[in-house]
Amino acid sequence: MDTLSSLADGFAIALTWQNLALALLGCFLGTLIGALPGLGPSNGVAILIPLVFSIGLPATPALILLTSVYYGAMYGGRISSILLNIPGDEPAMMTTLDGYPMAQKGRAGEALSISGLASFVGAFFATWGLVFLAPQLVKVALLFGPVEYFALFTLAFATLGGLSSKNQAKSAIAAALGLAIAMIGVDGQTGVPRFTFSNVHFYDGIDFLVAIVGFFAVSEVLVFIENHATGPSAKPAPKLGRIIPSLSLIKETSGAMGRGTILGFIAGILPGAGASLGSFIAYAFEKKISNKGDTFGKGDPRGVAAPEAGNNAAAGGALVPMLALGVPGSGTTAVLLAMLLALDITPGPLLFTKNPDVVWGLIAALFIGNFMLLVMNIPMVGLFVRLLAIPAKYLMPAVAMISFVGIYGISGSTFDLEVMIAFGVAGWVLRKLDVPLVPVILGILLGNQMENNLRRAMTISDGNLWALVESPLAVGLWIMAIVGFILPLVVGRFVRIGALKKSKIDAGDVGTPD
Amino acid sequence: MSDRLFGLAALLLAGLMTWGASVIEESFIQDPLGPKAFPWVIAAVLAITGIAMMLKPDDEPEWPARAKLLRIVWSVTAMVLYAELLPIVGFVVTTAAIAAFLSWQLGATVRQAAMGGVAISGGIYLVFHVVLGLSLARGPLGF
Repeated sequence: MDTLSSLADGFAIALTWQNLALALLGCFLGTLIGALPGLGPSNGVAILIPLVFSIGLPATPALILLTSVYYGAMYGGRISSILLNIPGDEPAMMTTLDGYPMAQKGRAGEALSISGLASFVGAFFATWGLVFLAPQLVKVALLFGPVEYFALFTLAFATLGGLSSKNQAKSAIAAALGLAIAMIGVDGQTGVPRFTFSNVHFYDGIDFLVAIVGFFAVSEVLVFIENHATGPSAKPAPKLGRIIPSLSLIKETSGAMGRGTILGFIAGILPGAGASLGSFIAYAFEKKISNKGDTFGKGDPRGVAAPEAGNNAAAGGALVPMLALGVPGSGTTAVLLAMLLALDITPGPLLFTKNPDVVWGLIAALFIGNFMLLVMNIPMVGLFVRLLAIPAKYLMPAVAMISFVGIYGISGSTFDLEVMIAFGVAGWVLRKLDVPLVPVILGILLGNQMENNLRRAMTISDGNLWALVESPLAVGLWIMAIVGFILPLVVGRFVRIGALKKSKIDAGDVGTPD
Repeated sequence: MSDRLFGLAALLLAGLMTWGASVIEESFIQDPLGPKAFPWVIAAVLAITGIAMMLKPDDEPEWPARAKLLRIVWSVTAMVLYAELLPIVGFVVTTAAIAAFLSWQLGATVRQAAMGGVAISGGIYLVFHVVLGLSLARGPLGF
């Protein structure tokens, strides 16, 4: 078993005192970030990347820290969903539906522990899925040439709007905006400056970290300022009650966890889906098959277990295309891609062959972090509940200032800070207009690679455009891209109606879209 | 209406980009596609989607009322001012000031905001500079 021996090597890397400490810190920060409304996996990780970069951690420890934050945030989102009926982040939205009614019945502790266990099950099996599926995908990806990569990037953009997209034109415009921003700077192939307005600051292009922190963190602060939101402190958190779940409760919910894990994992792998869709599908499916006594929505533990298993499994599944192909399928994995690029690691098939230590160290860290999170999220959940009381009027300024510190730490330039503020304002406007931010980010991240692959393909074929559709692999990818873009126009309406019905129940404030 | 305006803006941007790409000076290094082609493709996508948005706009978003909008304008102005003053005045003082201002904008009383600002600035200085050794902007007073 080649894979298992690689995984064992990974554990050897991850099991140093320093890396264990970083994983522990990451899990703690992640749970906190997930739990606090207004901070979710994408903006939480986004704020931390520049800081980790400036502190100068080497690649593997930095990766371990940040992916622990990512997994931790997936766990943490449920805490405020259950206690306050406010999802801590978007994937945790479905958890409010049965979690909050459970808390009102005095079963908050049980809801938290069952959802914690479900998160563990989802993440644990999804990480195993990652272990076995990613190397298979790498084998396919090794056959890719520049043409296939160009088609793959197009596929990623075409499907990013996904089934949840309300308006495909808006997803496409967002992608084009991101790609356009990526064009700013000196052209890597011929060395000529493009769209720099003769301003020296633009010669290096727009730093994607500056863009991401502006888009995710600063725009979130602006949303809070607009709504004058004072946060969840107004409502006192209900009593936790029993924290350790009974065996019969675990037995009752185990089916829901299993189904949620499988559906979530699949949703995570698919392009354009991500954790929010994972938890939505898991909840909807569980309700369909288990809602015999009409208990869903009134505090059924299975309605807590399914979406939490779903979103954590999706978080693991989303890492498969991100690591194996270098193409993220959701907002949070786009941020993780930014993290890899900032650390000078290019994900994709070559990462598995050239830097197996990074990949397997990371995967081993995910397993370790997952166990830490289980411990942190069941017996110690009371600690996070107390931290939830930080009101937004102190939290959001702190978020803004930490964003400034991180970006200033990279370059020490006022210009970068101002670009970040500009992205924050632009992000706020785009969110108002319902234009998704993730395709913009992905465009900025992938724009230059996408162009380089196209130009390399054209150099190989000596300018013959038909080369783009010569290989069957490329044709397959093109067809998937076209279907992926058209399908939501047809199916989307149907899915959206279902989602709308759900969201009526929920009136809470939701963090950055996943 | 907002969507129509946004579509129009995208269309204008596409035009600007087409022109901007056409004036890129070619270098002596050549590849079959050159540095202009891909920006033109992007501009075309922008133009098409911009027109699509003008033809089929979504429902009007809820724009904030005047008072809310002003709050955002002031906050953004304060952030830009902060970015300008940071290297001149130094981290601790400017950060305390803007954190207090943002906190006040978020509904804190003046007293709460002042204390919050000092706590945030001091806390970040302690954690990121003293403990983690990150270099923050140094003012004339050394912090």
